[in-house]
Amino acid sequence: MLAQQLVNGIISGATYALFALGFTLMFGVLNVVNLTYGVYFSTGALIALYATRHFGWPILLALPVAAIATGLIAVVIDGLLLTPLRRKKAPELASLMVTLGATLLLYSLMTAFIGTDIQRFPPAAIDPSAIEIGAVRITRSQMLIVGTAFAMVALLLALMRGTRLGLAIRALAENPDVARLMGVDVTLVTFFVSFVSGTLGAAAGILIGLNYNAIQPYMGEAMMLKGFAVIIIGGLGDIRGALIAGLILGLLEGLTAGYIASTLKDAVGFLLLVLTLWFRPVGLFGRAAAKRA
Amino acid sequence: MPAFLDDFLFSYQSLIYSLGINGLLALSMYVVLAIGQLSLGQAAFMGLGAYTSALLTLKVGAPFPIVLLAAMAVPALAALIIGAPTLRLSGVYLALATIGLGEVLRIAFVNSELTGGALGLSGIPEKAGYTIIFGSLALALIAFVLVSRSRIGRAMEAMREDEVAAGMLGVDLPRYRISALVVSAMLAGLAGAFNAHVSSFISPNDYGFDAAVTILSFALLGGIGSPFGPVVGVVILTLLPEVLRPLHDFRLVFNGLIIVIAVLFMPHGLLPWRIGRTGARA
Repeated sequence: MLAQQLVNGIISGATYALFALGFTLMFGVLNVVNLTYGVYFSTGALIALYATRHFGWPILLALPVAAIATGLIAVVIDGLLLTPLRRKKAPELASLMVTLGATLLLYSLMTAFIGTDIQRFPPAAIDPSAIEIGAVRITRSQMLIVGTAFAMVALLLALMRGTRLGLAIRALAENPDVARLMGVDVTLVTFFVSFVSGTLGAAAGILIGLNYNAIQPYMGEAMMLKGFAVIIIGGLGDIRGALIAGLILGLLEGLTAGYIASTLKDAVGFLLLVLTLWFRPVGLFGRAAAKRA
Repeated sequence: MPAFLDDFLFSYQSLIYSLGINGLLALSMYVVLAIGQLSLGQAAFMGLGAYTSALLTLKVGAPFPIVLLAAMAVPALAALIIGAPTLRLSGVYLALATIGLGEVLRIAFVNSELTGGALGLSGIPEKAGYTIIFGSLALALIAFVLVSRSRIGRAMEAMREDEVAAGMLGVDLPRYRISALVVSAMLAGLAGAFNAHVSSFISPNDYGFDAAVTILSFALLGGIGSPFGPVVGVVILTLLPEVLRPLHDFRLVFNGLIIVIAVLFMPHGLLPWRIGRTGARA
């Protein structure tokens, strides 16, 4: 029982970490809270759903295509909504508000066209066979979930630490004006970061869609609550913090569902969020980020 | 009352009620935006007020004035719990924590037997009416106008324009922030109690993300230069979908679009003028 709960916890934790990673990356590098991020989660899952259902694509093809398509949507949304605000040097909360409005617009457009009914992947897309180790049961889909999540995180870390592009991204995060002076193409790097974030959000949506096999437009909204919890617990803009906080949240949810009550599972994240704000607002590893002139 | 007016009020009763209730919600958004903060918990505070009041009326049979006071006190407490830690940090934290509050309350309302689960509570007696709803709205408007003309109003405007400078000039930032959030939560809670006691039925989905964003769209359409701006926003966004029926189905799309346009192209809203100062010397 305990081992199975821990395994389930790690599986959801891996997807939370993946989801929160894109969100915290946008905040850390672009310095905006982009609330349309939850929409990317839903969009990714919906595109993958249509690809597997209508074209009969295997999930291994649908997943990368849907993630990349969503990444491109994220670039377009960033260009339309956030680039003008950046040019005007608008206050931080302006970007939060504009993406909030866009989120409502996009969700309600999606529900207007495809409704709010829960949709499911075709049975062929999900491999139900499972491996049993002692009392623990892991399905092949769940292995795909964890494998993809770890591979994407490793790829992102390698990109950030080991390439010139990663260096440019970190320079942009540190100070956009100085980065520009040092020859970084700020517009290009900004679009690239939006693309990567959109891809991460979409991948998380597809993987969670596979795990629970229940997809509908507003699924991203419920996920945002976990996203907020993870990025605040991990420290806003902190990649390592988001990874660890995501896993912690998944594990604690698994244990709550197993030993206390499954209805309380979704409240765990918010409780941790409020506790973090009260007792350690800088997050797990955070540095104090007081706002100064 | 003349007969035609009586007929009119009867036919459009629920629409007129929602004008008043949305007006209070827009003012509750205004008071936070007026100091340059963003709370997205207005719908959650409203839901807390609605459920608190409905439960007190249905299960305890408490007198209506007590019910209204409680409907303001409970959201105020929630605002303190969320606001006290976040308001020391940058504005992003308050916004994120308040959206989180809305989402977690919805989950709690759906899962709790006391609150009737996903079906909500029904059979709430109609105890609120035109007088108390529009009386409260008028009182709140007058109070905000008086505040804007005072020293407090000037401090609030200074915070909105430049927080660091306002702090340097001796504005007690933490006190203003927490007071604004608590007043905002109380107004939203009151609106929630009115909503419960005119519509006889409440459910968790009335106070979710859609409602939170819609309330923000009232304030941003009208503009937050004066307390009248948000009320103008309410009149337009509540009546327009009734007049233009095709708009009705895409109401939420439209509300979202209003926010996008307001932030990108008209940051001062439709009503840009500000309230003059008393005792201000040029």
